Amino acid sequence: MSEKIDGNEQKSEETRIGVFICDCGSNIAGHLDCKAVTEYAANLPGVVYAKENLYTCSESGIGEIQDAIKTHKLSRVVVASCSPRTHQPLFQSSCGHAGMNPYLFEMVNIRDQCSWVHMEERDMATLKAKDLVRMGVAKARSLEPQQDMESPLTHRVLVIGGGVAGLSATEALADMGLDVVIVEKEQAFGGILKGLHRIGPEGKKAAECLSELIQKATTKSNVTVYHGSEVEAVGGYIGNYDITIRSAEEEAVQEKVGCIVVATGAVPFQPDGLFCYDGEGVITQMELEAQLLSGQTIPKRVVMIQCVGARFPEREYCSRICCMIAVKNALFIKRQDPDVEIEILYRDMQMYGTEKERMLNDARGSGIRFDVYDPDQPPEVVDGLVRFYQPLMGQTRELPCDLVVLSTPLVAREDTVRLSQLMRIPVDKNQFFLEAHAKLRPLDFATDGIFVCGSARYPATVVEAQSQGLGVASRVATILFKDKLITSALVAEIDPETCVGCLGCLDMCPYGAIDYIPEKAICRVNTILCKGCGCCAATCPSESASLRGFKPQQLLAQIRAV
Amino acid sequence: MNKDILVIGGGIAGIQSSLDLAEMGYKVYMVERLPSIGGKMAQLDKTFPTNDCAI
Repeated sequence: MSEKIDGNEQKSEETRIGVFICDCGSNIAGHLDCKAVTEYAANLPGVVYAKENLYTCSESGIGEIQDAIKTHKLSRVVVASCSPRTHQPLFQSSCGHAGMNPYLFEMVNIRDQCSWVHMEERDMATLKAKDLVRMGVAKARSLEPQQDMESPLTHRVLVIGGGVAGLSATEALADMGLDVVIVEKEQAFGGILKGLHRIGPEGKKAAECLSELIQKATTKSNVTVYHGSEVEAVGGYIGNYDITIRSAEEEAVQEKVGCIVVATGAVPFQPDGLFCYDGEGVITQMELEAQLLSGQTIPKRVVMIQCVGARFPEREYCSRICCMIAVKNALFIKRQDPDVEIEILYRDMQMYGTEKERMLNDARGSGIRFDVYDPDQPPEVVDGLVRFYQPLMGQTRELPCDLVVLSTPLVAREDTVRLSQLMRIPVDKNQFFLEAHAKLRPLDFATDGIFVCGSARYPATVVEAQSQGLGVASRVATILFKDKLITSALVAEIDPETCVGCLGCLDMCPYGAIDYIPEKAICRVNTILCKGCGCCAATCPSESASLRGFKPQQLLAQIRAV
Repeated sequence: MNKDILVIGGGIAGIQSSLDLAEMGYKVYMVERLPSIGGKMAQLDKTFPTNDCAI
């Protein structure tokens, strides 16, 4: 690494750079000489002010930056501290508040790249920090001011799916004053809730809950309802989605929306060929719900088998809600008629939370029997009895019974893949929709302006589907409560004069942000979809594509300073 | 009607609600009992399944 500095500086007389070196307490200063780095930075070309801060990101650190911008008339600011992933937005906006163009801010990471990785080598870490600061200053000198981009927003939301999640989201969004378009594939709203008898743990009638939900969500003046309809095409991008909705009878309808909520739910797995399932003597929990709903008498000896078609190599996941459904139904039957004998064969009981755990205790207390089975030796259903190996006793037991109820998981809908391609949103290996981040963005998709709630993501209880529906409404509001969509100016641009329309960038773009304009035979960047990854700029053979803030001359200035 | 919002607790739920509400344009006051926000998550090392650093 040489100390040679790029001498090709045209604007140096008007460029006034301030450099701030962060100690991060002892996190950085403990492992390298921040004072030496600050003194070094002060002598770099273009630098008129250099300051060491105990914590640059603290209120006083930010204040020092803002004061310096004013008193020293700084035109650029370089902060050498931690990762831009966490602190760049703070520093950038603080510079903006002090009157500097925020895009003239540059960040150098001397924590991750110096003090953390070279902890035992103080001198070398210090030297490297100087190199990185010199590179940052070189880049800062060549930065150009940019303006955030504004684009119009359609203050209207599409909700796909009219089950619990979709209805809850619709109600909340409409109450917030946003126009909602709700599309339900079937003629009636309600999804799975339509076929349920009662809802645990308090045992409220499902039909009552549902009619209340439908009433609240669909009778508002700002909610447009499409029954028996499907979303056929999705075009556009956040703030301006063009939706084509088709129903069996009528012509396709166009709707323009700003955001999309995916609440398509899931379906119960049909256990054809498993445990002698025949829909009569061996039924599913959903079929049991239907029997309870119609007031049918339940026979005296019932065996329920859990994890049917779940938690085995082909379908590894736990559907999570089936244990609760089995216990809820068993408890209801037992309370109706204490003479009914119920035995639940399970692998593990998933009864999380306070209320469900209490349900399990109540069930045990009411005489419902629970027995573990071994997945390697699953129960066998033979004419009139269930034979199963009891691992605890090491013996095979035979349970005479009149009805076998299979608890099956919720599985992804068949049209999930079609919808995922339509909206360019990902699905996981079980074909449930995949959120942007399991911890930090559980209701968002990576594609801006599209959100997920309810069992479309993963089997959810009524309460969970409802809370996720409400959560999604909040997420949508963070976008649509604004007048305009403001996006970063750091996006790619393609020079129409030199582009030959080779489509290299179009194939490379992970966000579908590049359009081909056939009339002109060139490619163009959709700046709203562009996330500024720079793939196009790296690919373009004619260097027509470039990324603002990371143009070749800016990157080269940085590299030449090494 | 005063439209400012008070959020009691600065753990994950409190922080996320504050962020979303602020993003919607409301003035939010978040009150945390302890000297630092982050709640239980701030005490974790990595979080499952991505193994992202919790802090």
